[in-house]
Amino acid sequence: MTPDGDEADANTVSERTTERAPSDDPETRGRPTGSATMSTVTDTQPTATDPGRTTSGGTGERVFRGLTTGSGLVVVAAIALIGLFLVVQAVPSLLANNANFLTSPEFVTTDAANLRFGIRDLLVVTLLSSLMALVIAMPIGMGIALFLTQYTPPRLAQPFSYVIGLLAAVPSIVFGLWGILVLAPAIEPFAAFLQTYLGWFFLFAPGNLPVLTGTIFTGGIVLAIMILPIITATTREVFAQTPRFQVEAAQALGATRWEVIRMAVLPYGRSGFIAASMLGLGRALGETIAVLLVIRAATSPSTGSLFDGGYTFASLIASAASEFSQPLPTGAYISAGLVLFVLTFVVNAIARVVAGGKVNG
Amino acid sequence: MRFQRRAAAVGLIAAGALLFSACGSDDNSGGSTEQASGVTCGGKQDLRASGSTAQANALTGFVNTFEQTCNGQTVNYTASGSGAGRNEFIGGQTDFAGSDSALKADEAQRAQQRCASPALNLPLVFGPIAVAYNVPGVTDLALDGATVAAIFNGQITTWNDPRIAALNQGKTLPAAPIVVNFRSDESGTTQNFQTYLNAASNNAYGKQATQTFNGGVGAGARGSQGVTDATKNTPNSIGYVEASFAQKAQLPAAQIINSGGGQPVALSTDNVAKAIDAVQVTGQGNDLTLDLNSLYKTTTPGAYPIALATYEIVCTKYADPQTGQAVKAFLQTALSPQAQGTLTAGGYVPIPDAFKQRLTTSINAIS
Repeated sequence: MTPDGDEADANTVSERTTERAPSDDPETRGRPTGSATMSTVTDTQPTATDPGRTTSGGTGERVFRGLTTGSGLVVVAAIALIGLFLVVQAVPSLLANNANFLTSPEFVTTDAANLRFGIRDLLVVTLLSSLMALVIAMPIGMGIALFLTQYTPPRLAQPFSYVIGLLAAVPSIVFGLWGILVLAPAIEPFAAFLQTYLGWFFLFAPGNLPVLTGTIFTGGIVLAIMILPIITATTREVFAQTPRFQVEAAQALGATRWEVIRMAVLPYGRSGFIAASMLGLGRALGETIAVLLVIRAATSPSTGSLFDGGYTFASLIASAASEFSQPLPTGAYISAGLVLFVLTFVVNAIARVVAGGKVNG
Repeated sequence: MRFQRRAAAVGLIAAGALLFSACGSDDNSGGSTEQASGVTCGGKQDLRASGSTAQANALTGFVNTFEQTCNGQTVNYTASGSGAGRNEFIGGQTDFAGSDSALKADEAQRAQQRCASPALNLPLVFGPIAVAYNVPGVTDLALDGATVAAIFNGQITTWNDPRIAALNQGKTLPAAPIVVNFRSDESGTTQNFQTYLNAASNNAYGKQATQTFNGGVGAGARGSQGVTDATKNTPNSIGYVEASFAQKAQLPAAQIINSGGGQPVALSTDNVAKAIDAVQVTGQGNDLTLDLNSLYKTTTPGAYPIALATYEIVCTKYADPQTGQAVKAFLQTALSPQAQGTLTAGGYVPIPDAFKQRLTTSINAIS
């Protein structure tokens, strides 16, 4: 500490005590008095954060506060009401269910008097396709974010991230049509290769579809492309905020660019990156029409292979939505929606645990 | 500011273009439909109806003609599914229903309460179903009911199976496995096709004819377009779709040997009409509920047996005479040559003359 600094601190304290007296007069608040010209800068800070000021604010302050609180409550209320709606609609159908809801691979609702539905296959297909999308999109997303923040000059990074943002603007039905009409035939040789040489591994074993187009494998790739912009955009923001001094400190120690990334950027951005991936996973879990178009329906239960077909929670509901007419069969689909709702919560909770409960630690 | 102004100008032009193009399409559809003759217009101005998606496109053509013929009158048809259509009709929310199947016994009873008169099932729209296939080098595949059933329940698994070969002598069939494409969504097409499979194979198909496919083989695809695309993109595959989809995709449709034996019958408007003309009716009086077995097991030479029959469900006598008059006018319009002429474009079959006589009698009795 320099003597100057000590002097400034002392001044601040004295200023605050002297200012307490006329604090009701807004004219003098926060203004340096003539004797304290040296400590102008430090002087204004304590008064600005004075908690007394926020409570004694005008009507505008209170209205704004009310609005923000209201917005926050609307979200919580909406979530609670959605949950309530799902439970209320699902319970009668769950009670009328003649199959085990958790372990049955069937989903037969054509006869309202004999509902037989279970979520086993839905869960398997949903998780397999979403996790595959995540496994593909996470490294690529991180790579793009690092490329944009660490390797590209800002002049180039701007249009580049704009293009990736455009990817998020493509409607999902376009991804779906592209996936089944263009991508699926194109990657079929690769799928056949995987099945021939890695078929001993359960993920690449022959599935329950007679074809290798329109499998979970295809769906996972389509989903990966769809969640890539979400992961990239958020991760890029986090990486771009790596404290300058940490980067410079690493460089001063003679670190190469890769070492800077490893020592400064990645530890700083890790939790942000995980949060971004979870946002992407949320989208993949709930993606409807693209999955419905790409992944083909199978007639036998899932085998746990990537070359299976079937429905995800969201695609099953979308597939049947046009024929909802009776309450009990409709409730069966809503109970599947309830599980997806819970699953999303669980995923978010896991993400918070993995991220250590802190952002940008 | 300058940018904003320019953006506003672009937006304005785009909106204008949309407006003009909307006008354009209105004019076109108005110009292409003609007025129907022999229709007694009048009654309630806005009829409400809902139901089958399979007949939605046919009804669009009918409604256009109806609007041209009867000034100021229209029908709002919501394609909400057959089950919903029947429920809404019975509940009195709609004036008539479109349905892929006739009223069941208990439904007929409730409909009679709603109408205070018997409800009628009128099979007004027929859509042929194509057994579309993609087998390299084969363009004139012939199949009979039993073979189609065996393919779609997994008993026949390769194209060079002796049962297929016996019907296709002199043609080279690949030794490749058969890939079955089916509709993954619930659909009246699937229900009717499975009913056909059960009927034409004397129950050798052995699966329930529900709106979901129960054959136990193959890969599902979303909607008719999905099945068509899947068949087109998968060599050695076979699927069932409405005829119009197969035609548009230039997929060959199997020639079917009907239950009378004889020559394989190609899918064509004329050949389907032969089957419809020969169909038997189980309904009493003016009710024209079809005996679908007589359609699917037709023995008429040259009749193509696989067609989806969809009904309009109406009251014999409406509580409100205005409604009755309007329903009658609409159905008369639907039978007119002008309205029937709009059907082929949508892949439907115009109603053949002999059957049209029976429909006309029933429709004229509505009040």
